[in-house]
Amino acid sequence: MNTVCSLAKVVVLEMVRRKDFYVLFILTVLLTGTAGSVNLFNDRSIVRYLKEICLLLIWLSSLVMAITCTARQIPMEREQRTIFPLLAKPVTRGQFLLGKFLGCWLAVGMALAVFYFFFGLVSASREQQWPVLNYVQAAWLHWVMLGVVVAFTLLGSIVFAAPSSNGTICFVVSVGILLLGRHLNKVALGLPQPWQSLLYGSYFVIPHLELFDVRDLIIHNWELIPWGMVGLATLYAAAYAAVFLLAAIWVFRRRPLN
Amino acid sequence: MSSHPLLVSALALAVALAAGGRLLVDQQAQRQETGSVLKLLLGESRRAFAMHVFLKADAYFHQGFYPSVFDSPAAAEAKTHLVEATEENHHHEHNHGHAHNQHRDWIEAFGCHFQPSEHRHLEGLGQAREILPWLRLAAELDPQRVETYTVTAYWLREQLNQVKEAEAFLREGLRANPDSYEILFELGRLYAENDRDVPRARIVLELAVEKWLRQEASKVSPDHVSYRQILGQLAALEERAGNLERALAHYFRVYQVSPNPATVQKRIEELRAKLAAPQKPPP
Repeated sequence: MNTVCSLAKVVVLEMVRRKDFYVLFILTVLLTGTAGSVNLFNDRSIVRYLKEICLLLIWLSSLVMAITCTARQIPMEREQRTIFPLLAKPVTRGQFLLGKFLGCWLAVGMALAVFYFFFGLVSASREQQWPVLNYVQAAWLHWVMLGVVVAFTLLGSIVFAAPSSNGTICFVVSVGILLLGRHLNKVALGLPQPWQSLLYGSYFVIPHLELFDVRDLIIHNWELIPWGMVGLATLYAAAYAAVFLLAAIWVFRRRPLN
Repeated sequence: MSSHPLLVSALALAVALAAGGRLLVDQQAQRQETGSVLKLLLGESRRAFAMHVFLKADAYFHQGFYPSVFDSPAAAEAKTHLVEATEENHHHEHNHGHAHNQHRDWIEAFGCHFQPSEHRHLEGLGQAREILPWLRLAAELDPQRVETYTVTAYWLREQLNQVKEAEAFLREGLRANPDSYEILFELGRLYAENDRDVPRARIVLELAVEKWLRQEASKVSPDHVSYRQILGQLAALEERAGNLERALAHYFRVYQVSPNPATVQKRIEELRAKLAAPQKPPP
């Protein structure tokens, strides 16, 4: 466990040193500020559109950070040839991958905390209320969803040759699931056999990342999600992340390092 | 790869986007129709975006509980509830053409905890203001979409008591659509009901009738609903102003196009009785 934590710490430090987060955060602040400066019928208390824009930027930024950060981990270690001395020490390939996963996941978690704090400030500046628990739920679900994304990007970084192709594929798949995942069953019902069964089957197989997208609940000030449901969603994400990680370890063990 | 070029590029992009946004804000303040940035960027496709943005306002009205195109294709083609509320002048019960409580599988049943899953409207003090940004954007994207102006003006004056803003927005719509009898009707209604400015309301509503006759009268299936609304507003206005003969003339025109002539006939009889009654001598 100490080995995994040490590897994770290195990844987190690397993320802190890189400029990705700062750039994306400044971009989010600038765009949210611009949207907030629009005069809409001389009413300064309109807030929900601003929350929507801010949350959309947070979601996009977090996906970009999670995917780009994870996708470059293993190729970078290979390119710089640091993977050889690392694995020559008593570090197994499984520990190496777990460390990378934990580091990337923790790093995006830290970034998310800053983003959601900013979102809370934006929201409070106009709504004069701060539903902290709702924000905690939204941030937590967002973070566990990113755990699944980080895990399958890590698998992709072993399967695909270049980090750019892996990043693009993972981004397209994630956005595709977020936009269409919950509708696949409805589309399937309108198709003839065997396409119907195939599509409905894939609907059950894919990780439903859209379940963790509770932006509408936050924007429109809905009540808290039952904590039991949040717990089940966490288990659901953990199961998928575990499957992708095990698959990554299995593939990584069978691949030559060079 | 060093991250500095990335940082510089991303910051340049951020500044460019912020400057673009600022430009949009300034342009909106100047209210220039020609040379719009959105028109320049999106071309004619902006009209499709305008419809999407208008539906977004409707989704906001329902606090995010809204069918997607996958849930009910018919619902997407139907009139939005914002428009229905404007026409009927009251909130009413409606459904979305899909049953959210009937889940097809366990993923849907589980997922309903993580998205709005109950039919609610924006109600309470000034809550309706939240739909305004999307309506404003819809008007920017497609200034020829008359419905956007009438719906926005209705919510501004009826729900938010922002009569001046409603009038300014309708005038903006009128500049973009000078022949619109719908916008003239809404403007006349604003003068009649909010400003109590009878002469101004009369001029605007009579102009609306004129525009309607010029555009719709010769059509195979003219827009009788709008015609009845304009004439009804005009008749009520004259009646309140004490011009019973003028009111009667308008009611006769309503009678000719009404789907329920008996009700109009009853109103006509009442007015005739009022006219026939001896005038009280001034004290």
